[in-house]
Amino acid sequence: MEHKKCYHCGEACDTELIQYDAKNFCCNGCKTVYDIFSTNNLSYYYELQAAAGATPKTIEGKFDFLDAENIIERLTEFNDSELQIVNLYIPHIHCSSCIWVLENLNKINTAISISQVDFPKKMLRISYNSTQTSLKDIVILLAHIGYEPHISLNDYDAKEKIVNRSLLYKLGLAGFAFGNVMFLSFPEYFDLASSKTNGGEFWLNQYQNTFRWLMFAFSLPVVFYAASAYFIAAYKGLRSKILNIDVPIALGIIVLFVRSTLEIIFDWGPGFFDSLTGLIFFLLLGKFFQQKTYSFLSFERDYKSYFPIAVTKIHANGKEETTQIYEIKRGDRLLIRNEELIPVDGILIQGHAKIDYSFVTGESEPVYKTSGAKIFAGGKQLNGAIEMDVLKSVSQSYLTQLWSNAVFQNDKSSSFQTLTDSIGKRFTYGILIIAFGATIFWLFIAPSKAINVCTSVLIIACPCAIALASPFTLGNMLRIFGRKKFYLKDTQTIEQLAQIDTAIFDKTGTITTAKKGMATYEGMPLSAQEESLLKNTLRASNHPLSRSLYDLLAQHQIVTLDEFEEHLGKGIKGSLNDSQIKIGSANFVGKHAEVEIENTAVHISSNATYKGCFVFKNNYRAGVAELFNAMSETLQLAILSGDNEGEKARLEHLLPKLTPLYFNQTPTDKLAFIKALQDQGKKVLMVGDGLNDAGALSQSNVGIAISENVNIFSPACDALLDATKFEQLYTYVKASKMAIKIIKWSFIFSLLYNIVGLSFAVTGQLQPVIAAILMPLSSISIVLFTTIATNRVGKKLK
Amino acid sequence: MSVIYVLLTISISIAVFFFIAFIISVRSGQYDDSYTPSVRMLFEDELVKKSPKKTKSKPIQLNKSLNN
Repeated sequence: MEHKKCYHCGEACDTELIQYDAKNFCCNGCKTVYDIFSTNNLSYYYELQAAAGATPKTIEGKFDFLDAENIIERLTEFNDSELQIVNLYIPHIHCSSCIWVLENLNKINTAISISQVDFPKKMLRISYNSTQTSLKDIVILLAHIGYEPHISLNDYDAKEKIVNRSLLYKLGLAGFAFGNVMFLSFPEYFDLASSKTNGGEFWLNQYQNTFRWLMFAFSLPVVFYAASAYFIAAYKGLRSKILNIDVPIALGIIVLFVRSTLEIIFDWGPGFFDSLTGLIFFLLLGKFFQQKTYSFLSFERDYKSYFPIAVTKIHANGKEETTQIYEIKRGDRLLIRNEELIPVDGILIQGHAKIDYSFVTGESEPVYKTSGAKIFAGGKQLNGAIEMDVLKSVSQSYLTQLWSNAVFQNDKSSSFQTLTDSIGKRFTYGILIIAFGATIFWLFIAPSKAINVCTSVLIIACPCAIALASPFTLGNMLRIFGRKKFYLKDTQTIEQLAQIDTAIFDKTGTITTAKKGMATYEGMPLSAQEESLLKNTLRASNHPLSRSLYDLLAQHQIVTLDEFEEHLGKGIKGSLNDSQIKIGSANFVGKHAEVEIENTAVHISSNATYKGCFVFKNNYRAGVAELFNAMSETLQLAILSGDNEGEKARLEHLLPKLTPLYFNQTPTDKLAFIKALQDQGKKVLMVGDGLNDAGALSQSNVGIAISENVNIFSPACDALLDATKFEQLYTYVKASKMAIKIIKWSFIFSLLYNIVGLSFAVTGQLQPVIAAILMPLSSISIVLFTTIATNRVGKKLK
Repeated sequence: MSVIYVLLTISISIAVFFFIAFIISVRSGQYDDSYTPSVRMLFEDELVKKSPKKTKSKPIQLNKSLNN
């Protein structure tokens, strides 16, 4: 019985089993989706991948706002009289079945002409005839088949997204030119055309100039378009008086180009066009490799990604109207339905509020409020509809105010000097000194050679390999981390992570799990019969606490209850034969309780006598103690919690001695705390999970968000860590340090190459063929070295 | 005119042709999603059913209550 899996979603059919069409379903929702698919010839869905579906949620009234013309206008990419095109983000997209069924939507709704999935982005692009169907119909259809799109305030604000493909163009152009120039330089490499006097190939001699000018023509777009970013970066660096790595690169490119052009004009030689285009091609390749992005994740999220576009406003005359969030004013009355997010701070007027603040605090336990109480933006109503009066507009609410802090405006990356830049600075000085020294030396010995030597030094010293070491090492490391479910925003985060000396952790949701996995029973022991009744009663309830308690209890035979009642927000009641059981809050079971303890408890009474209660404890993630012990050896640690001190004793026991613990911290406190540490010169790592950590995460040098499901929720951060990998955090930090070591090693390698090359250059013997061999050789060997070394580091990671 | 000019013209125009093809393909967004097409091409072609009316006779009820 227990092991029957739902044919649609793959969940175990514990609470309910529906047999339909000789298949098992865990609930009516799943069955309905199967029905829709099978009647529309879409059952191939189940053949592609077994149990790929999701249980549809109730959506009554949830998408009513999609009727409003101005909202449709903002959401659609294209909106003509008949044709509308819309892009929807669907978090559930996860397998080939999803792609297939979503691209065959027109079988269900014939008004849809094209639907196309972008799997990495989890986006669905739908074109449809707006006279035959509407955006709302399509969204509801998607929700009914378990693919509910996520539509948030962010989509409403979204400006026209400009896809920047310029790097791809540049890379293509440089590769194209590089290949062609190499072909055209072949005669020069083999000295076929060297001169008429030593024989040479007549044909190639004849057309030497044609070949050279063609190479010149190919290099023009490469220098002036593909390499333009280096000139701009070098110029910007010089203007703010920083010698970054782009300066010697830009210098090298200019010298290569000018000298090669002069050489072919005055017929001195073939020039270095092959090295020039090759260099730029390799550099761009490094840039391209570094640019790994997790397009389905967003590291820039703020509250807008979680807030709805519109809510229902109730007019004084009782009329309900869908209103855009930004139009809500103080004093308006709002209707918040079940499962809807409270968008603004306000006062509860009517209804029983049971608010889940997990978006805000990371705390999974819902909070109960009665009318007259103040409720804050960011909570999700779980228990029927409520009415509220607005106290503050969206941008001024308690939670959203955090985003007006300046920390969200400044860009971390601009203030950080990367390893490459700091080495590049010394390198540039070194090169300029050698170039000057060699030029002056040759001016005395043989003035005719001076210019030749000077340019050769600048050409050969162009730090191609140095500039490649960092992108390839970090780019590869980024991919390795990604495979281990540690998603970084960019490669710079690895460098920052290697430097941290202080680590600050949030408590709830970060070092504890969201699941209530552990409960201890306090009170009179339960008889076997009572336990069986308890389990069977819990089985019928869908309350999250019942579900987790159900999973904790030992197996019992499943019997059908004579009677079952669920009292919303209070508890459940079940009876079998002549025994009866009540499960729920202290008041509900008839215990006139002492002061409510801070922990969550489920009370039980049997046949009207109070038995005892199950107390749920915060469940710490596996390996928290080990992780903290390992980290405390090299890092300073602290806990910053928004919670009360209820868990203080347990934490002190669990964590290394003298770990500072701070409780009752507001989001702004956390931000200020991090800032104070940074003012002392500390490099701070912040690990958090909720929107309340958002300020601290963006203030810190590296902000890591822990997430149970990386597709659904995370505040703005530098890196996302899957919750199952939490105990590996320290090994990731160590791996980042290794990556930096690898870069330093490859710097030493490329310096060796440069010394060899410079010895040719300084003595005035640099031949194009030597440059053409040395440059790609150094680049390729650096790329090989970094790739192999990082993969070795990656293999050690779990 | 020397044959080498002819050869150069041919080889370079072929190269430029492919380069332009590359630019066009990037511009049309072919490289924006490099994963989904690889899955899409493996889907079986469906057998075309001869009786398309049969499917139409069964309209799907989307307004069915799903409160479970």
